[in-house]
Amino acid sequence: MPQSATNPMPQGAAPWPGASLLESLRIQLRVIGALLMREILTRYGRHNIGFLWLFVQPMIFVLMITLVWTTVRLRHFDHMSIVAFAVTGYSSLMLWRNTASRCMNAVNPNKSLLYHRQVTVLDLFFARIILEVTAATMAFVFLVLIFWLVSAMPLPSDPLQVFVGWGMLAWFGLGLALVVGAAAHRFPTFEKVWRPVSFVLFLCSGVMFPVDSLPPRAIEILLWLPMVSGLEYLREGYFGPVITFHYDMLYMTGANLVLTIAGLLAVRSITRHGALA
Amino acid sequence: MIIVQNVTKRYPVRGGLRTVLNDVNLRVDPGEKVGILGRNGSGKSTLIRLIGGVEAPDAGTIHRGMRVSWPLALSGAFQPALTGLDNLRFICRIYGIPIEDKIPRVQEFSELGRYLYEPCKNYSSGMRSRLAFAVSMAVDFDCYLIDEITAVGDDRFRERCQKELFEKRADRSFIIVSHSPSYIRQRCDRTAVLLKGQLHHFSTVEEGLSFYREHSAQV
Repeated sequence: MPQSATNPMPQGAAPWPGASLLESLRIQLRVIGALLMREILTRYGRHNIGFLWLFVQPMIFVLMITLVWTTVRLRHFDHMSIVAFAVTGYSSLMLWRNTASRCMNAVNPNKSLLYHRQVTVLDLFFARIILEVTAATMAFVFLVLIFWLVSAMPLPSDPLQVFVGWGMLAWFGLGLALVVGAAAHRFPTFEKVWRPVSFVLFLCSGVMFPVDSLPPRAIEILLWLPMVSGLEYLREGYFGPVITFHYDMLYMTGANLVLTIAGLLAVRSITRHGALA
Repeated sequence: MIIVQNVTKRYPVRGGLRTVLNDVNLRVDPGEKVGILGRNGSGKSTLIRLIGGVEAPDAGTIHRGMRVSWPLALSGAFQPALTGLDNLRFICRIYGIPIEDKIPRVQEFSELGRYLYEPCKNYSSGMRSRLAFAVSMAVDFDCYLIDEITAVGDDRFRERCQKELFEKRADRSFIIVSHSPSYIRQRCDRTAVLLKGQLHHFSTVEEGLSFYREHSAQV
């Protein structure tokens, strides 16, 4: 007997009867791959100018930040390249902020694709998350190389720590995107609330200022935000211990875990209630 | 074969749950053509979506022992911002079949011409159903779930569907949802009628049709 018989959750099941677990996994990867191609088409269009914007946007930001901190001299920047500071800040912001906001409207435009039983709501989110994380990573690598080539910033002093910090921020982006995406699907007004909230989070996340320049009490409060730890850890890896960087990676790991599990549960509840209904 | 066993489906509505399907049973063997009749809102499309695995039942099980198509319905299955061709590519990718050799066949059967390179949201309902049929035939299924979609085509399209689907693929199963008695009469071996969440079975088409006529007059 083919095994799909008593599967109470047909979503995610193989399109054909008698598929093994490995086969199902292969199908799911195939679906996410197909969704990625589909997302690229509407995200960047068939014209390459859409793709170029991915690099132009952060470059404008980097130039602005550089301008500000070159005018306002802060002792923290005595041993830290301002350009590198801006590059690490903005690309890590893309990693969680873009990922979350892109997942806010991941289901509706793709609703009709859920008619194919191998396509699940989770796949729709994963495709967008993978695309945004890849885009942010490409922008980061590209900006580092460009500014390094024109001698505007150094290469990382501890690439492994930068890599780990980047991975932790990407994981945070994934968990946040699942939660935000599911909430926005469930409550249409969530999107209106999220925009100002995410802007405040951006201001607090240490993207634009060295956390160490704040009073100790403020640092303590900011460290409640997991992405602050991720960015500070990444920056320490990039610059070396030239100033004090503030982070709590154990806390960030816990927060990431909670977000991811909460996100997966929320997405499952959308699936259960029928995203099409 | 397909076995739908004791399936119940409820949807949340204002002030509670509405039971759309209540303890529904259905069995479709290879090659069988089953017509499902019911008025608007009787749960026909819900049943088709459950059989197609698009949604999960709240209770009961659905056994899909053959390759079942997605519900060929007017809404759904194509991403509106993508072109017909990109949608074909997407579907080929998720079913893991080669794409390039399918394009001429889909091009020919859908008769979309240059519209194949236009976003699907610009299609008329007739164009959308032609594309749905053309693509579903490119994938090759054992059982086709047809949800009213043939109703919108013109005579020429209906003729081609008749030939491609019901003559060339006469060995396949079909589950056809319709409220058109004549359409069901021409194509089905037996019928079932959805009434107040219950599925009533009839071994001949005519019995089902007369039951449907009787009850569609009353609410």
